[in-house]
Amino acid sequence: MNIKKSSNEQHVPVSERVVRLRKQSFEIEPSLDIERALIETAFYKENEGKYPIPILRAMNFMEICRKKSIYIGEDELIVGERGSKPKAVSTFPELTCHSVEDLNVLNTRELQRYTISREDIDTYAREVIPYWKGRTQRERIFNHVPQEWKKAYEAGMFTEFMEQRAAGHTALDGKVYRYGLLDLKKIIEDKIAHLDFLNDPDATDKQEELQAMSISCDAAILFAERHADLAEKMAETATPERAIELKQIAQICRFVPAHAPRTFWEAIQMYWFVHLGTITELNGWDSMNPGHLDQHLAPFYYKDIADGILTRDKAKELMSCFFIKVNNQPAPPKVGITAKESGTYNDFMNLNIGGVKSDGSNGVNEVSYIMLETIEELHLLQPGTSIHISVCTPDRFLTEGCKVIRQGYGYPSIFNPDVYVQELVRQGKSLTDAREGGCSGCIEVGAFGKEAYILTGYLNVPKILEVTLHNGIDPVSKQKVGIETGDPRNFKSFDELYDAFLKQLHYLVDLKVRVNNYIDRMFAKYAPATFLSLWIDDCIAKGRDYYNAGPRYNTNYIQCTGLGTITDSLCSLKKHVFEDKTYTMDEMIKACDTNFENAEPMRQFILNHTPFFGNDDSYADAVAVKVYDDLYDAIEGKPNTRGGVFHLNMLSTTCHVYFGKVMEATPNGRLAGRAISDGTSPSHGADTHGPSAVVKSLGKLDQVKSGGTLLNQRFMPSLLKKDDDVAKLSQLVRTYFALGGHHIQFNVVGTETLLEAQKCPEEYRDLLVRVAGYSDYFNDMNLDLQTDVIMRTEQQELF
Amino acid sequence: MSLIFDIKRYAINDGPGIRITIFFKGCPLSCVWCHNPEGISSDKEKLYTRKKCIGCKMCVKSCPQHALTLTADGVVTDKSRCILCGKCEEVCPTKAMEISGHEYPIDYYVEQIEKEIPFMDKSGGGVTFCGGEPLMHHEFLLQLLERCGNIGVHRAVDTTLYARPEIVMQVRNSCELFLVDLKSMDSDIHKKFTGVPNELILSNLRIIAESGADFIIRIPLIVGVNADEDNIRKSADFLSSLPWQRRTVELLKYHDIGKNKHEKLGTQYNPQGYSFSAPDDELLRRCAGIFEAKEIRVKF
Repeated sequence: MNIKKSSNEQHVPVSERVVRLRKQSFEIEPSLDIERALIETAFYKENEGKYPIPILRAMNFMEICRKKSIYIGEDELIVGERGSKPKAVSTFPELTCHSVEDLNVLNTRELQRYTISREDIDTYAREVIPYWKGRTQRERIFNHVPQEWKKAYEAGMFTEFMEQRAAGHTALDGKVYRYGLLDLKKIIEDKIAHLDFLNDPDATDKQEELQAMSISCDAAILFAERHADLAEKMAETATPERAIELKQIAQICRFVPAHAPRTFWEAIQMYWFVHLGTITELNGWDSMNPGHLDQHLAPFYYKDIADGILTRDKAKELMSCFFIKVNNQPAPPKVGITAKESGTYNDFMNLNIGGVKSDGSNGVNEVSYIMLETIEELHLLQPGTSIHISVCTPDRFLTEGCKVIRQGYGYPSIFNPDVYVQELVRQGKSLTDAREGGCSGCIEVGAFGKEAYILTGYLNVPKILEVTLHNGIDPVSKQKVGIETGDPRNFKSFDELYDAFLKQLHYLVDLKVRVNNYIDRMFAKYAPATFLSLWIDDCIAKGRDYYNAGPRYNTNYIQCTGLGTITDSLCSLKKHVFEDKTYTMDEMIKACDTNFENAEPMRQFILNHTPFFGNDDSYADAVAVKVYDDLYDAIEGKPNTRGGVFHLNMLSTTCHVYFGKVMEATPNGRLAGRAISDGTSPSHGADTHGPSAVVKSLGKLDQVKSGGTLLNQRFMPSLLKKDDDVAKLSQLVRTYFALGGHHIQFNVVGTETLLEAQKCPEEYRDLLVRVAGYSDYFNDMNLDLQTDVIMRTEQQELF
Repeated sequence: MSLIFDIKRYAINDGPGIRITIFFKGCPLSCVWCHNPEGISSDKEKLYTRKKCIGCKMCVKSCPQHALTLTADGVVTDKSRCILCGKCEEVCPTKAMEISGHEYPIDYYVEQIEKEIPFMDKSGGGVTFCGGEPLMHHEFLLQLLERCGNIGVHRAVDTTLYARPEIVMQVRNSCELFLVDLKSMDSDIHKKFTGVPNELILSNLRIIAESGADFIIRIPLIVGVNADEDNIRKSADFLSSLPWQRRTVELLKYHDIGKNKHEKLGTQYNPQGYSFSAPDDELLRRCAGIFEAKEIRVKF
């Protein structure tokens, strides 16, 4: 019998080593590391123009692997850092070259600070900045884009993902554990030998790309060898105990990634080298992701246990070391609008745990449980984690996952493979490729190891209505960012208003797609990722780069933000202006323009007397479904330049806060500057009928049409007091998934705690909360984002 | 007329699984600590939430009875004039003015219950009728129970059992589970705090137990009323004398949430000024031990 809640048992890391490594990782402040930029700039100065671009890029990667500092920390079992020490973040001047001012801001800003010494800033100003002026990817893009795109972009109609980081979403399948780089080199050599220069007009391009891939293999092997050298050297002066470990580390680094791993330890180290290679070569969005790590590691785990060379605790210790390695890699610093839309150290690795195997059967294994325990014991910012719950997933796994959720770190999030496999198949993936796929970043689906699914940016859907209400003009910037669809005061019906909204939507989507297709080509031409291409089918087989249609599947996503806000705003106009005629269109527009000044009763009436999304209310939900279907129609199937198409996505990350900032008040009663709704969640405070009504509303969207939806729910801890409550939470999840839900995530933290944490930040340094598709430290979030989380409806016990 | 004053979805503390709870207005008891004092009267009542009121006077202007005045203490209703027509509720922007108690056709309630079916299916949940006292509305309740039975929804009735035995038996034949509140074994104490003696309740409980009905006993534990060992021992003795398969007692810690509701009703919480408090964990554990010694399971 437990009167006190049983969840508060102390979960401590598996060993003293892990305790020390965790503490170090938690406490080190992120810093900027200019080493990569210096090596790269020197290399480019010497070599640019001398080699075909793929080969130049591969040689550049080789140069970094040859020259960068190698770090092996005390206690470490898994080795390798992108920078010269933990949490030292490289810059990528070939994409965006930070100015001295940028570096000063990064060094001194209050949130998401990256320290950098005066001396390094001076060196950067002298060695790096002058060379890249006019040569960066960002300049290539901004020099090209049309004026109307710029206006819309600056007004906050949409954002552009690829203006300062490489296009992202790289999650891997099990290939990493089956092939060593020497195996891949053989395949590449064979491919080159069989190129048909007589009949294939692309043979030369393919040869260059393949040669570049081969150089990348050598580079990563060299990088690992240098770790082996250092480990051996360190062993000479280490304690006898540590010397044994260092020698083991050296042996492992001499074996992987040159060869396919043989043991659990080697498998993790193998992945880590591949990971580091990818994030050193370029800085793709949403980091890099091992995908279904538990499924990939299971064969090694069971074999090592059977062979008597691994214990469960040792496996957990290695897993913990891996988690800490991930936490040591903060996201590369962003600037400008991109920093506003995504202000976090989190680089969005999202470990997929559980789920289904490629034959559709249950993928949960002992490693899955070890990972859940590791999450709870370490509760670090990174890696992000998710549990994947199919109908065939055992209840025990879901329950154990929900118990971690109850701890209130905001993770793991929960995904539904039964729906996302359908999403992938609908997009044209084979059934097996779909089942080997999953979710990365926040909630985005992709065929792991076979797809480049590139997020292109967020679309501010409520702002499209704002522009519609002003006949194409953005009332905030006063710029014409849309098209003329008529003065809404003359509209006779809701349908007329809605048609105008649709016209604006199509215009803006097309504007965005046009520029994205240009950016696609710039990456294909100037920033091939020849190391990453090794790991994504069918880049080697096609002899084409990851950025140039090499992958089997090539997707561009546009992420639509603010479904709750747009639905509620449309409902308000439909009901109060066109049906009940409580207010005229003119009154409504004026109220929005004046931020409901002197119209608080009107605003309150709208807030309290309008059917809103998230209440299982057929009036509001029908509008949401209509908008969702129309977003799909506007985006789906537009061709990209890589042989694939654009698809709809519904995530928001933290962009809903930025989008809200650039908007005036909305017809749903939201005040100017306040965040719009996140993902596919209801608007803040609009859902008043409890979590079951929320998921019923969400269940009405045909989620298979998207590449991911996102549902945030905030629960009072008291709602999860008893184990029985946890069981009911899992049943809520099971029901949502049976209704076709893609994803759900929970913040289990009370408003009082959040307010207290705002007051006394130092006492809540490790308070993690769910933001969008990831967790962040509450105190690392800006005030707007903190407010956003606090304003989310708190599902609580009602009496 | 059967009034309903609330419908709560994702109800996770009103019986097994995820449930929807329907609150009937009107109760023969008037427990001093009642969580839902608006459930005591079976008439419509007006709730006024001062802190939601923005003083816009929309209600004052639209009241056909001229019953409302805006004062320094918010809107005051002249109860002698108010006919509870609901106009103020309709126009109040913030829902500071609300009418507690609405009457809808039976189909409306069935529709609401059906909305929660997917969750009931996954969790072994159902519908719980509570109040107030649902047995006060047995005619409507029986109709609703029948409709729910027809669509295969698990039915629980949360009751004081303060009703005529034949009504209790009728309901017993139309539901799967009772949640029975047991307040005090001492009839005088019971009368003092709830307004009625307990003999009818205890005899009804024996009747349903002997008929083989399924029930869970819920005891609000209140120091100053019933959280003493003597009462708990007597409760345990009585309960263990019943033929009873489930043998489960839920102990609910006293909570003064009713205060808030009384404010809205414009009535006074605990006007007699009794001193109540919540039992601490140790007392809770001791009480639990007494039941467990009689092989009765305890949940919190």
